Amino acid sequence: MELFVSSFLNVEVVWAARALLLQGFANTMLLIAIAVPLGLAGGLLLALLSLTPVRIARLLLAVWVDLFRALPPLVLLVFVYEGLPFAGLELGPLGSVAVAFLLNSSAYYAEILRAGIDSVPRGQWEAARSSGLSALDTLGWVVLPQAVRNVLPDLVSNTLEVVKLTSIASVVAMPELLYQARQAQSVTYNASPLVAAALIYLLLLWPLVRLLSRLEHRLPSRM
Amino acid sequence: MSGWELFLFSFLNLRVMAEYLPSIAAGFLLTVQLAALIIASGLALALLLAVLRSLGSLVLSFAIVLFVDLFRAIPPLVLIVLLYFGLPNLGFTPSGFVCTWVVLALVLAAFAEEIVWAGILSVPKGQWEAARSTGLSFFTTLRCVVLPQALRLAIAPLTNRTIAITKGTALGSVVAVSEILAQASAGVSFSSNPSPLTLGALAYLVLFGPMVLLARRIERRFAWRH
Amino acid sequence: MLSRPIIEARAIHKSFGPLKVLDGVDLVVAERELVFIIGPSGSGKSTLLRCLNRLEEPTSGHIVGDGIDVLARRTDINALRRRIGMVFQSFNLYPHMTALGNVAFALRRVVGLRRRDAEERARSALALVGLADKADAYPAQLSGGQQQRVAIARAVALEPRVMLFDEPTSALDPELVGSVLRVMRQLREGGMTMVVVSHEMEFARAAADRVLFMDGGRVIEQGPLDCLFGAPKSDRLRAFLRSLERH
Repeated sequence: MELFVSSFLNVEVVWAARALLLQGFANTMLLIAIAVPLGLAGGLLLALLSLTPVRIARLLLAVWVDLFRALPPLVLLVFVYEGLPFAGLELGPLGSVAVAFLLNSSAYYAEILRAGIDSVPRGQWEAARSSGLSALDTLGWVVLPQAVRNVLPDLVSNTLEVVKLTSIASVVAMPELLYQARQAQSVTYNASPLVAAALIYLLLLWPLVRLLSRLEHRLPSRM
Repeated sequence: MSGWELFLFSFLNLRVMAEYLPSIAAGFLLTVQLAALIIASGLALALLLAVLRSLGSLVLSFAIVLFVDLFRAIPPLVLIVLLYFGLPNLGFTPSGFVCTWVVLALVLAAFAEEIVWAGILSVPKGQWEAARSTGLSFFTTLRCVVLPQALRLAIAPLTNRTIAITKGTALGSVVAVSEILAQASAGVSFSSNPSPLTLGALAYLVLFGPMVLLARRIERRFAWRH
Repeated sequence: MLSRPIIEARAIHKSFGPLKVLDGVDLVVAERELVFIIGPSGSGKSTLLRCLNRLEEPTSGHIVGDGIDVLARRTDINALRRRIGMVFQSFNLYPHMTALGNVAFALRRVVGLRRRDAEERARSALALVGLADKADAYPAQLSGGQQQRVAIARAVALEPRVMLFDEPTSALDPELVGSVLRVMRQLREGGMTMVVVSHEMEFARAAADRVLFMDGGRVIEQGPLDCLFGAPKSDRLRAFLRSLERH
């Protein structure tokens, strides 16, 4: 037990590594601030593109989305980080993460937003357009608000996944929370910085998980 | 070399691909084993937890919710790294394979338990009452009346979540599991050519592509009926 | 009362938190008797019915069903429930089983019949309710009236000593009510002991031995239907009868 406490819950070690961990935390927040809006914007764009009546466009979107559902995000990230420089495209850690997350997260967000837009009755478009609203205003003020509300649990859930996924940036030497914790661990031969990183993620994301649980258990009953 | 030739030479270099095909094939087999273990043990544990939760014991439910929240909130890679680099301090040295398996199975169990539990909750109370009023026991009712309906509702989100988490086998590359990505990455550094990564990405598509297509079909077939 | 009681419930109390739903109800049902329970919504009549096979646990009181203490801890409640059939307002058929599967399931699982025997008995129960030709249909393919008749067959197939009906026709379109009531009449004529919570006064007039009027968790009046309706003693029953006439 003592051994466990000293090697996993060692406050002194964590305190000594505080500067590393804080910097890691700041970088993780930076990654979140980049990855989530980027994914949402890309997803919205793809979802809107899929509204075209052109069948082939919708099929292409489905293939695109399925491609990134099947490909592990870490494989994508490593491909961008290690592979693209061979084609003369050196993006560096942050650039690689941004590109990989844009591709991966936007596919998931697009699928969710499309389902949301589909769930808004056709009559809403017609009513808004017949009152003289432009297509853009109809989309932004009438359809999207309802669409987002209808798929809110899925949007929150996907955002939670994107936030957690930022930890894979450690693999391409981006000094985010996990990377810094691992640095501290390898210097001290003590796992406490890693436990601290896990706890920071837990504190950051627990409220989101609770919220999600409440949203998800409000499922429609069938009778 | 023109741009197109450079692209082919770099990313679709058949000679390099042929050279690393055997090692990536070995990585593929290992990934399949890892994925199968994660899916089987994760889903079995999820079902067990959902059944335990339906017993209605407050203490048990609280413990299950705590477990679920923990494994939903902490990134799997953090947990894998923590187990792999932390446990040796206690005198255990689990392989990267075991660490990845255990963590991803627990994460899958946490997510899947929530989905199955939501399914159980959405089965109308009248189904329980009708079954119990004919003398069926709690467990027979759960197993033969409630769970078949709950799982039918849960199957689409369950397959999607299973794919998303099982793809995490690639995280094993961080803790020295020679799965597809690790083999491909090693190939890139030996050959100074990224074609092994293309091959690795293709291997992942071969593994998970059919599962994604299956998920699409299931989604259409078992869509929520309001 | 000539024959021995099949159900004997004494001083049943049931509270949900601060809300008293049953406030000391007595109910004795003799063999082959049909007791009809009426009352405004929220009067506790459904809760009383659900206490009789312990779908609800009474807060206090005694219930003897077919000679067995229903509320005793050591009572095998599953064996007892098999002998107390119940039919619900919302049918509650298992949507993933056929009509035959719905009826045969408890025969196999509770009675322990072999598949062939269970299905044979299930088929004759379905024939009894006039649905022999619907054995292989799933609930979603049946009308509400047909679903409710399958639900009756499901209960009847277990050969219960008494059947409880909880507003069996309330969820049905008016034109489908008749088919369900016909099956209930037929059961009655076959000598089944029944406790029926319902608003179908025509059925009560034709088939009930005794009518219970409940309000506010108590039995206010009881007796033969003509006495109750012809000369209501309490204001509450008079008010209830007036509200029925308005519909």
